[in-house]
Amino acid sequence: MHEAVALSGGGAAGFLLVLAVILPATGVVLSLALGRHAERIALVLMPTGFGIALAILADVWRSGTSLVYLIGGWAPPLGIALRADGLSCIMLVTTALVICAVGLFARGDFSEPEPGRETRAPLVFWTMLMGVWGALNAVWLGADLFNLYVALELLTFSAVPLVCLDGRAETLAAALRYLLFALVGSVLYLLGVALFYGAYGTLDITLLASRVRPEPVIWIAAALMIAGLLAKTALFPLHLWLPPAHAGAPAAASAVLSSLVVKGSFLLVVRLWFDVLPGLPGMPAAQTLGALGAAAIVFGSVLALRQARLKLLIAYSTIAQIGYLFLIFPLTTGAAAAGIWGGIAWTGGVYQLVSHAVAKAAMFMAAGLIGEALGHDRIAELGGIGRALPMTVCAFGLAGMSLMGLPPSGGFVAKLMLLTASVTEGQWWWAVVILLGGLLAAGYVFRVLAPALADTGSLTLRARVSRRQEGVVLALAVCALLLGILPLRPSQLLQIGRPAATLAVVR
Amino acid sequence: MTAETLYGLCAAALVGLGLFGSIVDPQPARKILSFNLLGGGVFLLFGIIARRGATAGMGADPVPQAMVITGIVVAFSATALAVALVLRLFETTERATLQPDAPPRPSGDGADPDA
Repeated sequence: MHEAVALSGGGAAGFLLVLAVILPATGVVLSLALGRHAERIALVLMPTGFGIALAILADVWRSGTSLVYLIGGWAPPLGIALRADGLSCIMLVTTALVICAVGLFARGDFSEPEPGRETRAPLVFWTMLMGVWGALNAVWLGADLFNLYVALELLTFSAVPLVCLDGRAETLAAALRYLLFALVGSVLYLLGVALFYGAYGTLDITLLASRVRPEPVIWIAAALMIAGLLAKTALFPLHLWLPPAHAGAPAAASAVLSSLVVKGSFLLVVRLWFDVLPGLPGMPAAQTLGALGAAAIVFGSVLALRQARLKLLIAYSTIAQIGYLFLIFPLTTGAAAAGIWGGIAWTGGVYQLVSHAVAKAAMFMAAGLIGEALGHDRIAELGGIGRALPMTVCAFGLAGMSLMGLPPSGGFVAKLMLLTASVTEGQWWWAVVILLGGLLAAGYVFRVLAPALADTGSLTLRARVSRRQEGVVLALAVCALLLGILPLRPSQLLQIGRPAATLAVVR
Repeated sequence: MTAETLYGLCAAALVGLGLFGSIVDPQPARKILSFNLLGGGVFLLFGIIARRGATAGMGADPVPQAMVITGIVVAFSATALAVALVLRLFETTERATLQPDAPPRPSGDGADPDA
């Protein structure tokens, strides 16, 4: 890792990492300064940001090592580094893809107001969308625990206004509840950061990994940090804030919140578990996280089955799908001796991260279009919408395939890998949960599709839906499907930048 | 008992009180206050760590102090955002609780069942 620091400390490629964070931040500042042009600024920055994410991916892929940038040329522990490993690259590209799709979709809902008028919602939407993007990129690239804290807070502050864009009382209450959960979560994280600094005098992830020893203060710090992050990730039983917040937001905002924002804090759990404390957490802790994940899968899916409103159903399905991510911990901890980075559970977990992000964004936007066309989103009264909006309902179905894990979707590959891992690890109980979760997911997707495709005669649409928006949703849903046929090269990419000790075992 | 231990216990007490309040108290405004108490405890802990890191020529390790400043800025913005949301919620609904079924505040007679 340190050779990488020396080689690319101030290189031109390293500067891309700075751009990935700075560009959306510039967008926020410009939007606030130029008010009415927020949409145009965001739409110009989106392809640029996508290009930067791809360039970082290409550079890391080609060199086979992490890309590191030392801010101001100061090496840790004095300075702060930005680091892009394989996982960061994948998340950067996924984020850029979803943000661009949401941006194209939202042009209809949050288009620029008439000249001379400035309405709040579009300005806040575009500004906060850029804010979420910048904060997420900072989370993916952060290599310093305190810097990651700041990025996490930026993410919360950008996400909360997105929840209450329409200013209705229930969305305000949902936003407030979300903020309060998130604030307590991040203070607990900060408390853990303080304990880490007190024990080892550095917060750089690479340096910490070489210094940590199994001792009580580290267990307390890690437990506090992970508990705080779980509240922000909405893992069962800390999920109470998520359904009203994600279901109440406008469709474009829900898509970002549900597919990307909750993943930011999840990635910090991954960083803490695998990068800061490589190989240290034991089986009991891993099984606890796995059990919470399993409970989230069952509980979230069952509640999704019982919802009367389409957007609430999708929000509960997010809780269930987050649960799958936490199965990584028990399934890789047992494999540590055999080289976890080759581990199939790890790759499956990251597949789940990406495929859920893409599928859930498509699903929320499809639900938004259905709600717009009908003027409501009551599942029982969806009859005939499949004929009125064939592209949208098709997109919903394709995204649903990924959630239930039907081939050839991305969700199928993810769930198959997790299933294989739980069988090869001899932890069959997770396999039962994964299969049950897939069955329940099929149930709640079918609950929507059955009335939507039923022929109920006449259906009066309240509003016309733009063909362009339908196209964006369908394109994203097709991406979710195609993820499953990507060659499995990402598993090599994912090993880039893993701690050297575990890499050596793999070789 | 050294000064560091004393302050450390204070920090622990603040964190405990803040955490208790922010979980148990149903009033958003009090939750926000509890959050600030919790944050205060964490910042005090950073101060103690800075003090313990004192080396020759310096009274305290400057890095945790810099983190405290950043942390205070973040906590301040968080509080401002939360207070703005509570005010807006109050303007819209005439009450400021998170219980969805709570009855609306009776206006005019001055009695406040939520307080």
